[in-house]
Amino acid sequence: MRSVNQPVRKKDAMSLVTGQPVYTQDIAPKDCLVVKILRSPYAHALIKEIKTESAMKLSGIECVLTYKDVPDKRFTLAGQTFPEPSPYDRLILDEKVRFIGDAVAIVAGDNEKTVDKALRRIKVKYDILEPILDFRCAKDNEVLIHPEQNWRSLCNVGADNKRNLCASGEEKHGDVDEIIGGCDWIIEQTYHTKANQQVTMETSRTFTYLDETGKLTCVTSTQIPFHVKRILSNALELPESRIRVIKPRIGGGFGAKQTAVTEVYPAIVTVKTGKPALIVYTRRESFIASSPRHENEIKVRIGADKNGIIKGIDMITLSNTGAYGEHGPTTVGLSGHKSLPLYGKVEAYHFRYDVVYTNVMSAGAYRGYGATQGIFALESAVNELAEKMGMDPVQIREINMVREGAVMPAYYGETLNSCALDRCMAKAKEMIGWDEKYPRINLKNGKVRSVGVSMAMQGSGIANVDTAGVLIKVNAAGLYDMKIGATDMGTGCDTILAQIAAECLHCSVDDITVSGVDTDVSPYDSGSYASSTTYVTGNAVVNTCETLVEKIRDKGARQLGCAIEDVEFDGARVYQVDAKESINLKDLTVAVGSDKELSATELFCSPVSPPPFVVGMAEVEIDKETGKIDLIDYVAVVDCGTVINTNLVRLQTEGGIAQGIGMALYEDITYGESGRNFSNSLMQYKIPTRLDVGRIRVGFESSYEPTGPFGAKSIGEVVINTPAPAIANAVFNGVRVKVRELPITAEKIYNGMKQKNI
Amino acid sequence: MITINNFVKVKTLAEAYQLNQKRTNVVIGGFMWLKMGNRKIQNAIDLSGLGLNKIEETDDEFRIGSMCTLRDLELHEGLNNECQGALKEAVYHIVGVQFRNGATVGGSIYGRYGFSDVLTCLMVLDCYVELFKGGIISLKEFAKKKYDNDILVRILIKKDSRKVSYQSQRNAKMDFPLIAVAVAKKKNNIFVAVGARPMKAKLIQKSGCLSEQNPSQEEIAEFADWAKGQFSYGSNMRASKEYREYLAYVYIKRGVKEVLKDDH
Amino acid sequence: MIIKLWVNDKKITDEIDGDAILLDFLRDHGCYSVKRGCETSNCGLCTVLMDSKLVLSCSTLVARADGKHVITLEGLQEEAKEFGGFLADQGAEQCGFCSPGLVISVLTMVKELKNPSDREISEYLSGNLCRCSGYMGQLRAIKRYLNQKGAQKNEIS
Repeated sequence: MRSVNQPVRKKDAMSLVTGQPVYTQDIAPKDCLVVKILRSPYAHALIKEIKTESAMKLSGIECVLTYKDVPDKRFTLAGQTFPEPSPYDRLILDEKVRFIGDAVAIVAGDNEKTVDKALRRIKVKYDILEPILDFRCAKDNEVLIHPEQNWRSLCNVGADNKRNLCASGEEKHGDVDEIIGGCDWIIEQTYHTKANQQVTMETSRTFTYLDETGKLTCVTSTQIPFHVKRILSNALELPESRIRVIKPRIGGGFGAKQTAVTEVYPAIVTVKTGKPALIVYTRRESFIASSPRHENEIKVRIGADKNGIIKGIDMITLSNTGAYGEHGPTTVGLSGHKSLPLYGKVEAYHFRYDVVYTNVMSAGAYRGYGATQGIFALESAVNELAEKMGMDPVQIREINMVREGAVMPAYYGETLNSCALDRCMAKAKEMIGWDEKYPRINLKNGKVRSVGVSMAMQGSGIANVDTAGVLIKVNAAGLYDMKIGATDMGTGCDTILAQIAAECLHCSVDDITVSGVDTDVSPYDSGSYASSTTYVTGNAVVNTCETLVEKIRDKGARQLGCAIEDVEFDGARVYQVDAKESINLKDLTVAVGSDKELSATELFCSPVSPPPFVVGMAEVEIDKETGKIDLIDYVAVVDCGTVINTNLVRLQTEGGIAQGIGMALYEDITYGESGRNFSNSLMQYKIPTRLDVGRIRVGFESSYEPTGPFGAKSIGEVVINTPAPAIANAVFNGVRVKVRELPITAEKIYNGMKQKNI
Repeated sequence: MITINNFVKVKTLAEAYQLNQKRTNVVIGGFMWLKMGNRKIQNAIDLSGLGLNKIEETDDEFRIGSMCTLRDLELHEGLNNECQGALKEAVYHIVGVQFRNGATVGGSIYGRYGFSDVLTCLMVLDCYVELFKGGIISLKEFAKKKYDNDILVRILIKKDSRKVSYQSQRNAKMDFPLIAVAVAKKKNNIFVAVGARPMKAKLIQKSGCLSEQNPSQEEIAEFADWAKGQFSYGSNMRASKEYREYLAYVYIKRGVKEVLKDDH
Repeated sequence: MIIKLWVNDKKITDEIDGDAILLDFLRDHGCYSVKRGCETSNCGLCTVLMDSKLVLSCSTLVARADGKHVITLEGLQEEAKEFGGFLADQGAEQCGFCSPGLVISVLTMVKELKNPSDREISEYLSGNLCRCSGYMGQLRAIKRYLNQKGAQKNEIS
């Protein structure tokens, strides 16, 4: 293969590394109004009175908007295909505020200083309500977070606003109580994962203006341009035909931008004033009013027979969606769907869940999307099972792991067509030196080195939901213009999809130009999330290329005066198989006498979501006196099917591992007693620096996914799932302390060691 | 949000002092911490034209201008030889090179911040603060003083060949410390400063507390246990009071062992 | 107040407020490579050179740049392309939002450190945060770049 499985440079690489002005704020018109938000100081309150006159009087202030000025129709900010599973529980501004940081008023003016002054002049009186801050007490609490009449759940997800339930449900296969009851070994434990921030380097930001036809144009740092269009339509009660959304280069996504966090604010200002408007979230805002990972408490019960074969798994997930329900009903599903199928010999499972409203910031989508939480719980429980049985945690996985060809009841009954999990395990073991290092090596300086393991899976898009469109046309130079609706957020999908197209069209990647997303121009794509792009949009590219090649051959044959069956296309020209006549693509494009334009467009929606797999192994060093932990080495071996871009897949993996390391060791959104968010800056919420990540090494063991483009599966999310359970396992193997609540801090390790010594 | 009406690059210390007598005027150091505050400043007093950005070494002391940066401290060979690299260890975890190129020694010391690595480390040295009006006082005294309107001109470190150790523990490498412990030894005097308790650093000193020759592990542990009890501790999102107190004990013990190493 | 400074060797005389921040001033003067990533001096995205020293432009008053030479990536395009090519060859720029601050820091590091070890490289650049890459690809790019410049003797893995 010429283009696929190559380390091709990203198409935008050189403009990014030389600092060209390509991001949202860089390209915003200079005369944009500055838009800022006044935020609630209370976790739960009703606005009794709000006075804006004094703010409005300031020269340079264009508008001050309150709940009285916005449509009274609820919507969701979640970037999901309609009808969204996330409940319609928001207004642009509401009379009721539901977390510290919730929006109270929108101010727009011609400069930042004046807008700041205006914010200080708005006087608000609140009726303070009792907040719910502990998610374990939310369900059926007499305090209701969304009692409103026009709250709406569009899908059957078990939501009930009168019970503070954003979603609730259960799934089962077989009789889990009977199966586990008959097991020789049973583990029953509760695990707690915390809310984490995605921390995209570019915070959310958006500018809006009316174009020459009066159409609302929204340029925004988003993963979901087509959903933003619908969300704005819902929020502003504008027809979708009057809205256009453009995505320029964006500075990181990780799911943060799968929620339309900022778009509605400048949009309503532009609608009200007719003027262009820009909002740039401060880092503080992106920490206190954004869309972090759902906090989960997961109870796991597993049973194994005397040989360690895992027969039954019972999982109960409680998920905290915070003040609003964005991605609440769907993330929780993944805690089960993308952990349980890892164990292929399970005869019965039971998976139950509740997703509850509380008075903290709304959660959202973060890489892993619930799978990360479920995998921490299940993998930790399996490690506890291995310990109880005196078995090596690698061995218990070797005898239980799902294998190619398996039917997976907990994964929508899909058949596993591609799986190299067994080879991933073997390679990871070799790379880290498991047999030499397990469980621990005591060092002379009072420290111990130990290793730990975890497996993980994810999906490749959402089966039967995610839809991708691709349009490719031959331009006058005989080269290709490709339009996609998938959003490159730094991941390099523009390049990866061009590699797939180049492979299909027998040309160079440089011969294909790829445009950023513009909903007026690009074909529909549900967006870049759920690890969908390489697999779903990649398949759409393959299909589009096939159609285009047919058209090229058809036109070529006509120009050559023969039947289509007699010609082939080799990337440069259409030629007669049995004769010498040929016509090159450039000439063919401009050839007269044909009414066929050389362009093709196809939509793709997959009936399946083939899972990629990872085995992660961590080596840590722990100070036995203080509990201080250092990550020394991290090995991840990945099966994402055929690797399309060898560089970018490696980078995705290394980046996801680093985020997982942060989550494992210190990232934790911490709230005070009144619901104040202490993790409100990069000073108080630390992400890994290059001194924190130790060494990350990545290996590949590729299966071949028959339904994927050139055998590929997706990679984006699965890579974040192993560090927390693998590091927890390494801690146990080092000092025999089980940390069941993230993050795994030195203090928790020390406390565990101390308890054991008593 | 911080606002500044006038930026005044003063010509003399006297001018700076005079301006600083008004509450609405403020001396700006590196502006790292100040810029995050919420105040209206009438005159921002800038000392950068007074040549206070130098570290001078004489036969018996180091004279560190208040406008020297943390990076200057980190890179100064003589100074780090004198304290066996302890200062470098103390500043190295502070954010990054570009931050340390901006943050000033004067700002760090004047602020007397609870999390300060620099204050904790300097405290166990024979260290003084030179104030424009107040003259030269020990750093220990200065740390206890209330914020006033004097101008911090220099930090003075006497060369007395004491052995120094600096240790800290953090959840992430470039985070604030959960605990910061500096230990020094001069003859039979042991100095211990503990910072990030999370209250600001405090110094204790004890002489003749350990056997002259090779004190036993038990003696050292006993000393560390006593020493950690001389400080108060608190809880915050980084660590609990109890854990901090225990860490203080561990790092005092290790610090003492380090300063006793290769002794004589 | 009126100040005079050089931005990428171009002399600029301007009237500014006492609290004007260098980051905003540079963007207002067309230096869009300079990004704001936080308000707490933690991220390194806004790193520029002032009189040859790396500084955080978010934490620098423009008044303090009076009489000084400020260099942004706009003034180092050739050098940025050279080192940037190594980043691009690893795919290590990813979203690219932290790239300008990283690139200018690496270009400065090369002048300040002789034969840096991996550890010294990571220490020098610890103030440049990146959320996409996990840093390993950046390190590979830096080592290859140093190697080409004959400035690192380390083996490349």
